[in-house]
Amino acid sequence: MTSKQFDIKTYTGFKGITLLCLVILYAPLVVVTIYSFNASQSLTNWEGVSLRWYADVFTGPESAKFKTAAKNSFIIAIIAATTATTIATLAATGMVRGGKFRFRTVSFGLISLPLMVPEIVLAVATLIFFNSIGFERGLLTILLAHIAFCIPFAYLPISARMQGIEDSYEQAALDLYATKRQAFTKILLPLMMPGIISGFLLAFIVSLDDFIITNFVKGAGVETLPTAIFGSVKQGIKPNIMAISTMLLSVSIVMVTISYFVSKSDNTK
Amino acid sequence: MAAGAASGGSATTDTYKEARTWLLLPAWVTLSILVLAPVIMMLIYSFLTKEFRGGVIWEFSLAAYDQFFFDRGLFGDDPPKIEWTYVTIFWRSIWQAGAATLLSLVIGFPTAYFIATRSENMRPVWVFLITIPYWVNLLIRTVSMKFLLRDQGPLNDFLMSIGLIDSPLHIVNTNFAVQLGLFYSYLPFMVLPIYAAVERYNFALSEAAADLYASKWTTLRRVLLPAIKPGVFAGCILVFVPSMGSFLAPDLLGGAKNFMIGSLIEEQFKGNAGNWPFGAAASMILLSMVLIILMFSARQQAKADKAGG
Repeated sequence: MTSKQFDIKTYTGFKGITLLCLVILYAPLVVVTIYSFNASQSLTNWEGVSLRWYADVFTGPESAKFKTAAKNSFIIAIIAATTATTIATLAATGMVRGGKFRFRTVSFGLISLPLMVPEIVLAVATLIFFNSIGFERGLLTILLAHIAFCIPFAYLPISARMQGIEDSYEQAALDLYATKRQAFTKILLPLMMPGIISGFLLAFIVSLDDFIITNFVKGAGVETLPTAIFGSVKQGIKPNIMAISTMLLSVSIVMVTISYFVSKSDNTK
Repeated sequence: MAAGAASGGSATTDTYKEARTWLLLPAWVTLSILVLAPVIMMLIYSFLTKEFRGGVIWEFSLAAYDQFFFDRGLFGDDPPKIEWTYVTIFWRSIWQAGAATLLSLVIGFPTAYFIATRSENMRPVWVFLITIPYWVNLLIRTVSMKFLLRDQGPLNDFLMSIGLIDSPLHIVNTNFAVQLGLFYSYLPFMVLPIYAAVERYNFALSEAAADLYASKWTTLRRVLLPAIKPGVFAGCILVFVPSMGSFLAPDLLGGAKNFMIGSLIEEQFKGNAGNWPFGAAASMILLSMVLIILMFSARQQAKADKAGG
C-alpha cells in the first residue's frame, strides 16, 4: 500500500505459522489421497501404486450401496441447489432492489436463520417437524431439508454481487420503454450470472456434503454418500473408503475452483 | 451483521418495489415452514411426555428439563439432587470449543495477518488456498484427520522414522484429538474475519507508533489489536459456536470418554436412549446458549461500530 517501510508490517514467525497452517489444512487430505492408491490390503503398509480400491468402489461388494448412495446424493444436490438458487435470486432482488421496507431486517434474519441455528439443532427440529405432521421419512424429507439450509449459502454470493451492480443499466432499459420484467430478465439476470453460478455451486457442495441433517431426516434404508461413508467408517476405516473420499473431495475442490474463477472473471468485464 | 450488509451496498435501490412481496414470498414460505416451524415444534416437544421407543405423548410435562438438571433417584421419588451428568457434558463441550477457538486464534491470527499484508494480487490466492479445505466434506476431513493421527498412522510413522519419538503417540480418542478436529473443521472462520479487519486497518497508525519508539510487539498489542478487535471477536464466535454443537469430531476422534452435546442429542433420537422430549430439551438449551452468544456479539459489534464512527 502506501507504506514503503515493509519492516513495520512484517513480524518474524508469522510466515512460518502461515505455512504450518497450510500444512495442517492439506496434510490429511494429501495423505488420504496418496493412501487411496495403495496396493496393500492393510492400511499401514505401503505396497506400491494401484487402482484396486477405485475398482473396488465400482465393482466390489459394497459397490451397489455406494452407487445408490451416490445417485441419491447427486439428485438431491442438483434439485436442492437449483431450487435454493432460484428462491435466493428472487429474494436477493427483493432485498437489494426492493427499496426500504418494514420487514427487511426480519427477512434477512429469516434467510440467515439456517446459518445461526447449530446444525444438530436444525436436524432435531426438522426430524420432529416431519414426525409431528406425519410426513414419512425418505428422499423427499432429505430434499426439503436441504433446500432450506442451502438458501443462505446461495443467497450470500448472489446478494453480494447484486449490491455491486449499479442499477443504471436497468434504469437505461426502463427509460427505453422496457418493462420491469424485461429489465429483470434481459439486464439484471445476465449481469448477475457469475453470482448466481457461484451461489449454485456453493449450495450444491453444501448439499452434497451434509451429513448431520441428512442422518436425522433420512428414512430407514435410504442413504446418501456421507451417511453411507459414515456407516462404513463406524466399522473401521477401509481402503475403499479412502478411494471414495478422494473422488468426493476432488468433486468439491473442482467445483469450488470453478466458483472462484467464475466470480473472479466478472471483474474484467 | 444484518444492518451492515444491508446498508453497505450503495446499489440498494427500489427498482422492483412493486414486486417485492412476490420476490420474497418463496423464501419466506420455505424458511418459515422448513426452519422456523420446526424450531417452534421442537420447543413444544421439549415440554411433552416421552413415549417409549421414540416419539411423544401429547401431555404437558417438565420431565425433560427436570431430568437434565435434577436427579430424583431410580424411581423418581427421592428428594431432587443436582444432576451433574448432563451439565458436565455441556461444560466439556464449552471447554473443548474454547480450546479449539484458542488453537484457531493462535494459528489463525498470524495467518490472517500474513495474508492481509501480501500484495493486492496475491491476497485472493491465499484466501482461496485457506478456504478450499473448508469446502471438502466435513466427514471426509474428519476421517482423514483420524487416519493421519492413528497410532499406526502416517504421522506416527513419520515421527518415528526421523527418530523424534520411539513409540507411537496416542492422539486419537483424547480431548486433544477432538480439539484438533474442531480446529481443522472451522479454522477458515477464524482467518477470514481477521483478514478482513487487518486489510481495512490503516498501517499509518503502526508507523506513527514506530516513530514514537514503540517496539513492534507493543505496536501489535496496543495499536493493531484494539483496531481489529471486532474481527478477532467475530472469528472467535464463528469458531466457538459450531464447535460447541459439533457431532462428527467428538464422535470419530474423541471416543466414548469425550462425549459432547452433539452426541448426547443424537443418542436421544438414534441410539437406545430414545427420549425425544429430552433430546428436544437439550437442543433448546444449546440453541438458547448460542442465541445468547450471538445477541451478545451483535451488541459488541454495534458498540464497536459506534465507537469506530
